[in-house]
Amino acid sequence: MTDVVRTGFRPSRVAVYGLLLLAALVYLIPLFIMLVTSFKTPMDIRTGNLMALPTDWTTIGWTKAWSEACTGVQCEGISGYFWNSFKMTVPAVLISTLLGAFNGYVLSKWKFKGSDLFFGMLLFGCFVPFQVVLLPMAATLGKLGLANTTSGLVLVHVIYGVAFTTLFFRNYYVAIPDALIKAARLDGAGFFTIFFRILLPMSTPIFMVSLIWQFTQIWNDFLFGVVFASGDSQPITVALNNLVNTSTGVKEYNVDMAAAMIAALPTLVVYIVAGKYFIRGLTAGSVKG
Amino acid sequence: MEHIQRHPARVARAPSRFLDALQRWLPKLVVAPTFVLIGVGIYGYMLWTGVLSFTSSSFLPVYDFVGFEQYAKLMANDRWLTASVNLGIFGGLFILSCLVIGVILAIFLDQRIRQEGAIRTIYLYPMALSMIVTGTVWKWILNPSLGLEKLMHDWGWTSFSFDWLVSSDMAIYTIVMAAVWQASGFVMALFLAGLRGVDSSIIRAARVDGASLPLIYWKIILPSLRPVFFSAVMVLAHIAIKSFDLVMAMTAGGPGYSTDLPAVFMYAHTFTRGQMGLGSASAMLMLGAILALIVPYLYSELREKRHD
Repeated sequence: MTDVVRTGFRPSRVAVYGLLLLAALVYLIPLFIMLVTSFKTPMDIRTGNLMALPTDWTTIGWTKAWSEACTGVQCEGISGYFWNSFKMTVPAVLISTLLGAFNGYVLSKWKFKGSDLFFGMLLFGCFVPFQVVLLPMAATLGKLGLANTTSGLVLVHVIYGVAFTTLFFRNYYVAIPDALIKAARLDGAGFFTIFFRILLPMSTPIFMVSLIWQFTQIWNDFLFGVVFASGDSQPITVALNNLVNTSTGVKEYNVDMAAAMIAALPTLVVYIVAGKYFIRGLTAGSVKG
Repeated sequence: MEHIQRHPARVARAPSRFLDALQRWLPKLVVAPTFVLIGVGIYGYMLWTGVLSFTSSSFLPVYDFVGFEQYAKLMANDRWLTASVNLGIFGGLFILSCLVIGVILAIFLDQRIRQEGAIRTIYLYPMALSMIVTGTVWKWILNPSLGLEKLMHDWGWTSFSFDWLVSSDMAIYTIVMAAVWQASGFVMALFLAGLRGVDSSIIRAARVDGASLPLIYWKIILPSLRPVFFSAVMVLAHIAIKSFDLVMAMTAGGPGYSTDLPAVFMYAHTFTRGQMGLGSASAMLMLGAILALIVPYLYSELREKRHD
């Protein structure tokens, strides 16, 4: 429909570009403020203002956030929590994506009696507010000896992520013609042969969507982290919140902003490198077809 | 043994029959782990929380049934009332602002814009951030002494004052701001995808009939995007009801409990104040709100599918 609009220099075009660029600025300014503040000295922050560039650039905020800042009682920076998040995110993303791929394969190509009901259950599971499962889950993790461990968090993220990954793969595989599968079955190919030889080679895009979606979701999670982890096993989001809302001593906004940048970098990098798949993941659940 | 020897053909067929059975059961075996995880982790636990909400559990779960006592307590609880009203304010403003901004940006971006990809990337990057990061940044920007206020003073507007973050009447609006900043780009992406699917011949015809472009958008294009509106409202309402991180990072529910949302209330009562029963009741009401939202949605979705 874009071809309706005549291009060329017109006042309305200027207005369109003006508004779009203004909006872009509004979205970018918080990132700019976060970056600039993280490179300032505390002195600079008190005398300057949000938009002012640092008078002398310093990485002291970053080093302090990484290895010295207090996150509650401990003052060892957020580096440990940063690695916690990786140790939690990587296995959870891989396991939930693999489960999702197989589930999606079964629910689209090997339907059985009740499989549609199962899919409905999964679909509904995407919407359930996690508040209704927190307490029983905490009790269960305690019984299993997984309370306050990274493995416990991995398990939790797998359970509540698999509904989404299944949805991704199921909707992707549904579009692949059944005739292809039938032909392969007539040739004697079995369940796994068909999956690994036929579907897997054409699944790269949906694997990307699922991996990136899960990575972003799990890395950014706060609720499960704050409820199911404590002390040494906390993920970065919880540590960042503790750091920022710790009331002891003088507030060091450069350290806060550096810590926020560190927590944001992995997902930002993923977004910049593979934004296309991120957007597909975002819209997959909400736009039909 | 004897039986098999007398029918040598069967010996050969037996393993293949076993394989057949395995093949038939394999799909079910493959989804079984997920079935168990979801069955227990979502449906079982939902039921468990439901049961807890009918007990007088405080620091530890006890299973004495007290009927609707916790729900009655909840309804009489000032803090829950504040949290519910806040959800109304926050949810309403958040959804409305995201829709308006998202639709406008999508329409403007759909006018053959140079560098459209780059601009779109900028609008959407906040969605990749953790709400805790967003909250941290906005808390700093809205800092009553060193933030926006000081910036305006330095730029010459010396009478400017902005202390919403620490004002119990206004703090909830700062959370709306941060949330809109984070999610409006997503709505833009939804609508842009919708706009790209609109049949351009209809618009060309309207154009020939002399309709102006704004009129075409208002009368023809936007009404045709009704399903996108529904999806966007669904997703945004869902985000609003579950909102927790942003409040924790920006105000932790304060000043006092003026920025409490149901999710914050639930967390505080269940995990820090030792009122499991009350916390469970609040969780069940949140579930109820989501159900009221998605059941009609899923129903209409499925009905449409059947018509296809």
